[in-house]
Amino acid sequence: MAAHVEGQQHPIGIYLKIWGLLFVLSTASYLVDYFHFQGYLRWFLIILFMLLKAGLIVAVFMHMLWERLALMYAILVPTVLLMVLLGIGALEADYTFLTRGVFFLKGLF
Amino acid sequence: MWIFLLSDPFIFSCLLISYMTVRMSTTDPWPNPSEVFGLTLFGKSIPLLLIAIMTFVLISSSGTMAMAVKFGYEKNRRMTFILLLCTAALGATFVGMQAFEWTKLIVHEGIRPWGNPLGAAQFGAAFFMITGFHGTHVSIGVIFLLITATKVIRGDLDHERPGFMTGRKGKYEIVEIMGLYWHFVDLVWVFIFAVFYLW
Repeated sequence: MAAHVEGQQHPIGIYLKIWGLLFVLSTASYLVDYFHFQGYLRWFLIILFMLLKAGLIVAVFMHMLWERLALMYAILVPTVLLMVLLGIGALEADYTFLTRGVFFLKGLF
Repeated sequence: MWIFLLSDPFIFSCLLISYMTVRMSTTDPWPNPSEVFGLTLFGKSIPLLLIAIMTFVLISSSGTMAMAVKFGYEKNRRMTFILLLCTAALGATFVGMQAFEWTKLIVHEGIRPWGNPLGAAQFGAAFFMITGFHGTHVSIGVIFLLITATKVIRGDLDHERPGFMTGRKGKYEIVEIMGLYWHFVDLVWVFIFAVFYLW
């Protein structure tokens, strides 16, 4: 964007549209629970709606779309690292569950 | 502000990742959030109703905040003030509903951080820690929203008066910074809503 003398200027419509979209997405994720979707379909839909909402908020409400590339990388790359930590945590949790099952609940396996 | 907004997700993700680990590794059944957080209205039990309303309240506050930032850049003092107040009111509503929810869980359902009658003992600890931390963020946000709104309506930003404990001139940029914080709080709620309540 050109030099920000007065800061950023965007038409008000874009905020209202994103607001509406966030409402639709929230309703959708609520309906996932309401209709009792289970298993992988549920998890897929929950994560999809979650990421879409998060993306909209960061990109438009927080003006990330109009920021310089360096800031985008500075914020988004560490967040990706967090996802790796999440994966490691999940592996570890599965292992703990397994050992607890083996040692404490002999009947389970 | 962006540096803070990078470090705060790490704190929240620590909480959420440990919640995930605890939930995956416990051998007791996890309480079904859909039933625990349900509300009974007119004799009919509706799952997650209160949480859904809280989600909409917080998203609306994010919408009003975004518009407050926009009017701030246009130096429209009155509209910025009104929208900031709306945001603060919605945020306070959210905290109020959360207090109601906590009361219901603690008093009526006997959920404690160390155990509960519904299933896995870790449920209470994870729930109170995560939502409590988020609620604290919202409460602090409401306080700062009111401070910012006062500055806007007093004309501190138009006259470039320096703020509290700083020699820098007041600018409408502080409304944007306030907005960044507030959107972040909303963002965290998006994640909590998905992984704690819906999962």
